[in-house]
Amino acid sequence: MREHYDVLVVGAGPAGLAAAQAAASRGARVGLLDAQPRAGGQVWRHDVRLPAPRAARRAIDKLQGVEVLVRHSVVAAEPTALRVETPQDSRLLSFGALVLATGARELLLPFPGWTLPGVTGAGGLQALAKQGWPVAGKRVVIAGSGPLLLAAADTLRKHGAQVLGIFEQASADAVRSFAWQLRQWPARAWQAAGLRLRLAGVPYRFGSFVREAVGDDAVRGVEIETPRGVQHVECDLLAAGYGLVPNTELASLLGCALDDADTHPRVQVDSLLRTSVANVHAAGESCGIGGLAVARIEGAMAGLMAIGDTAAASAWMPQRDRERRFDALLARHFTLDPRLRTLADDQTPVCRCEDVRLGALAGFGDARAAKLATRCGMGACQGRICGAALAELGRFPRGAARPPVFPARLATLAGLATLPSDAYRGS
Amino acid sequence: MSAVVRLVVNGHPVEVPAGASVAAAVAQVTLRFRRSVDGAPRAPLCGMGVCFECRVQVDGVAHVRACMTPASEGMQVVADA
Ligand SMILES: Cc1cc2nc3c(=O)[nH]c(=O)nc-3n(C[C@H](O)[C@H](O)[C@H](O)COP(=O)(O)OP(=O)(O)OC[C@H]3O[C@@H](n4cnc5c(N)ncnc54)[C@H](O)[C@@H]3O)c2cc1C
Ligand code: FES
Repeated sequence: MREHYDVLVVGAGPAGLAAAQAAASRGARVGLLDAQPRAGGQVWRHDVRLPAPRAARRAIDKLQGVEVLVRHSVVAAEPTALRVETPQDSRLLSFGALVLATGARELLLPFPGWTLPGVTGAGGLQALAKQGWPVAGKRVVIAGSGPLLLAAADTLRKHGAQVLGIFEQASADAVRSFAWQLRQWPARAWQAAGLRLRLAGVPYRFGSFVREAVGDDAVRGVEIETPRGVQHVECDLLAAGYGLVPNTELASLLGCALDDADTHPRVQVDSLLRTSVANVHAAGESCGIGGLAVARIEGAMAGLMAIGDTAAASAWMPQRDRERRFDALLARHFTLDPRLRTLADDQTPVCRCEDVRLGALAGFGDARAAKLATRCGMGACQGRICGAALAELGRFPRGAARPPVFPARLATLAGLATLPSDAYRGS
Repeated sequence: MSAVVRLVVNGHPVEVPAGASVAAAVAQVTLRFRRSVDGAPRAPLCGMGVCFECRVQVDGVAHVRACMTPASEGMQVVADA
């Protein structure tokens, strides 16, 4: 079955929602795809217990003239069509123009004990809690880096968790300077102030990070390195995330040029959000970590570009440039402490899918050689976790994405034009 | 749609709010979602469909990501299978 859309948008987060709405407002046939069961992306993820923010409700409920295709995972791409897998079947959707709004995921770094059940990402535990994961009454340690730690703490507390503390690896000076600079973006400054107020009773510690998680069949406690020595904290859950990295696998498969390709790649776009491939646009966090406001603006721009309205898209440029300046502020103030790269020891699994320990990678200079010899990065996550972690650790540059971008069923793979021999493994 | 969904995890009846994920249902029963290649217990890490640590068996289908799958009435889930 091959269905045609004037514009296909991949990712129904704030960027994708805005893109789809902008494109559909001029009468184009628009399909909005997302692998998740509901639209909203990360920041507007549906919460089973709490009401959605007003902006999210407006963006999702007021979507008009857009075919929303949830639980549709894009697994492969051809020049003018996407191979999509649903829980039931697989389809080929062709497009006139494409908007990539695939967002970001958390950067998760290895440390002893990070594979214990109960150790999650920070945004990870936030996402799980929104899905109904039981956190009420649980003692939670939040650690890692960036403003997402505060957002996660807030959500977890609203779900009844007892947040023991937020341990930010950046120094107190860096966080203070970040807060001061934030005044250039008043809306963000207000939001941050509101969060800090709601979290007033929760210890927020700087220059501190988790050295090790301890427990037998689940996490029972953590060893935290602080400027005043190592602190042991007993807990039921550890939520540790070190910032975000863009999801660029699909862009890479389409042949789009990437910036920072060796470390944490971003989709390369021009000032009107055109990628290096004709008729393919990108918007939001897949182009760099900058938060909600820029995702919405870029989404609208990319949607307009996809239907050829360059003039209307250009009108957004000053606002977009202003919001994008926030990226550098974020990156500069939450630079990772080099000590985080030395936490994993030889026995720490880095590739969680294949249980490849860090020690097994000694002597390999690139991801491909290590993969062939040790299976590192060959499992179901296709190197999404270990690839980003090893790049951050300075071990290997990131390898290029190959089809399928997510493990797919044999019947789906049968429809692909080209297929590597290990495509099915681990799905 | 009722406000709760009833399903079965490793033989135990479980109730979750409508719209909850299979991951949320499994977590009420066990944190052992799957076993790693070396036999170690594993549980969700990313909560958003990228790490594949939350894979369980749902209605006889293996390797289903629990965090990406909405819980539905009467579902039979097997973790650490
Ligand atoms: C776990 C997590 C929690 C976060 N929580 C907050 C928060 O509380 N507050 C905040 O301000 N910011 C939060 N952020 C930052 C957040 O990413 C941005 O603010 C905002 O959501 C970015 O919007 P976006 O539209 O660019 O991408 P996203 O919102 O990330 O949306 C991208 C969408 O694309 C879909 N997708 C990706 N690849 C494919 C594919 N191949 N096939 C089908 N669908 C695909 C994903 O399922 C996702 O829904 C969070 C980020 C993460 C990773
Ligand atoms: S928790 Fe990572 S894929 Fe489900």
